[in-house]
Amino acid sequence: MQIIESGNVAAALGVKLSRAQVIAAYPITPQTPLTEKLSEIIEAGDMTAEYIPVESEHSALAICIAASSAGARSFTATSANGLLYMHEQLHWASGARLPIVMCVVNRGVGAPWTVWNDHQDSMSQRDTGWIQIYANDHQQIIDSVIKAFALAEEVMIPVMVCYDGYLLSHTYMPFDIPEATLTDSFLPPYRPAYCLDPDEPANLNTVTLSDVRTDINGVKAHGYMEIRHLLQQDMLASMDAIERVDSRFKNIFGRGGSPFIESYRSDDARFIAVGIGSLSYHLRDVVDDLRDEGISVGVMSMQLYRPFPYQAVAKALKDCQGVIVFEKALSYGYQGPVCSDIKSALYHYVGPEGSRPFVLNYILGLGGREILTKDLYEGLKLSCTTKPSSPDKPRWIGLKL
Amino acid sequence: MKRDIIEIRWHGRGGQGAITAAKIVAKATFETGFPGVVMVPTFGTERRGAPVFTSLKLSRERIYDLSPIEYPDIIVVLDHLLLEEGDIIKGLKPGGLIVVNTPRPPQAYSFNGMVVAAADVTHLANKAGLPQGVVNTGIIGAFAKASNLSDMDTLTRVIEEEFRGRKPKENAGSAIETYEHTVIGGLQ
Repeated sequence: MQIIESGNVAAALGVKLSRAQVIAAYPITPQTPLTEKLSEIIEAGDMTAEYIPVESEHSALAICIAASSAGARSFTATSANGLLYMHEQLHWASGARLPIVMCVVNRGVGAPWTVWNDHQDSMSQRDTGWIQIYANDHQQIIDSVIKAFALAEEVMIPVMVCYDGYLLSHTYMPFDIPEATLTDSFLPPYRPAYCLDPDEPANLNTVTLSDVRTDINGVKAHGYMEIRHLLQQDMLASMDAIERVDSRFKNIFGRGGSPFIESYRSDDARFIAVGIGSLSYHLRDVVDDLRDEGISVGVMSMQLYRPFPYQAVAKALKDCQGVIVFEKALSYGYQGPVCSDIKSALYHYVGPEGSRPFVLNYILGLGGREILTKDLYEGLKLSCTTKPSSPDKPRWIGLKL
Repeated sequence: MKRDIIEIRWHGRGGQGAITAAKIVAKATFETGFPGVVMVPTFGTERRGAPVFTSLKLSRERIYDLSPIEYPDIIVVLDHLLLEEGDIIKGLKPGGLIVVNTPRPPQAYSFNGMVVAAADVTHLANKAGLPQGVVNTGIIGAFAKASNLSDMDTLTRVIEEEFRGRKPKENAGSAIETYEHTVIGGLQ
């Protein structure tokens, strides 16, 4: 059924259809309407779940960790400083291999305070061992939430579904709500291989020695480094699971098919713009205009950021002349994180004349600074028509010093 | 930069329900021929009584650009005093339409080359059985009459759905009453 609603409602309906059993969240702008909607749905009796109000984001994730350890399908959501307040628990959730799903409604990070959108919050949590999926519109929000539970429970790695604060969270657009009978067959109840059981007490995630040791059953037990290695291996292998989940979803609902990157007018493009979230769709209009002027340019949106789909990225970009990365996040003292990762993915691909595509970086839209179509048009056109100078230094769009 | 998008900017005061009005029009126009519908509220500064606006874009194709409207085709004003407080018709295209809740006739306004559609929604909504000051459903009637972008059958049905349990008949009635009493001024 097609409805017109906000992105936060799309996320809440995805959580409802996923039949999450425990939801713990602390309200923070612009995530608030998502958790309000979930509490309304549960209060009205339309969803059987325990909604646990908490006094902080740290506690929200702590409750999800406990609930997930006890075998319950668990969900939380946050934004900006709320996510950063969870930071220690983020590592814990992935280290404990718990299939928690969290929506991050992307917002700039204080100080100074901002409530508006950029990607600094989730980008700065890149290395916490969570899978990170980014949605470009409301349909991708609801679909990604449902897929995220299936994925998390298959690979036992927590998943963040990130979407733009305000630009998507508070914007209304049409999207399709999947049929509950179909989502039930796509996502059966969570049956963990192991969970906490009062009849069989156990210690989980206790101090682990730096070397391997023999456990009480005489079996060699992993040390800390083996556990970390396995997380890395499983994270890389999760790309296969992501493809499987996406294709299973597509077979039932007819949507999806590009779980890593989504390309637009890129097949023959000499230049490719890269963006994340709603910005990548905004860039499509700009590309249409530039194509009308005879400039051979396309757009690639990053749907998955961790694990980094380096092979898909390299395949999509290695044969073009230039890559222009538009980012709403910054690794202070260097450049945008996606730009660095893209360069790294391209390093091994050298063209016949010893060349690689140039990679340019634009920083824009921080703290909700309005992104004007004409600024995108001018920046992209300039990058496609002039030889880049000092490409390692990001350029800024919309800056008013 | 797509040129086939109809852009409508809704101006009201925090608490007046401009976003709900735009949402109702979004739902109705989606059903009646605009598969591309996007409604982008202004963000973060909503306070009761303060000027707020929301952008509604309609297209026969999918809309990718979520940025606020700069050059609207239509401006809808839920409180005529807003016209005096700031430059809310900023960017309105030449020959554009201003739909305004006002006790004054359209002739009382002079916006160079713009069409003014006026209705005393505050009065008409009250007459339709709504409490004083509830104007967001009434203004939809004025919008429908002046813009022809959706039909009243669809709009009143969507209003009744949106206001289920909250005076649905009176809200739909307010839109009908206003539709019938909207006066459209010519190019001046």
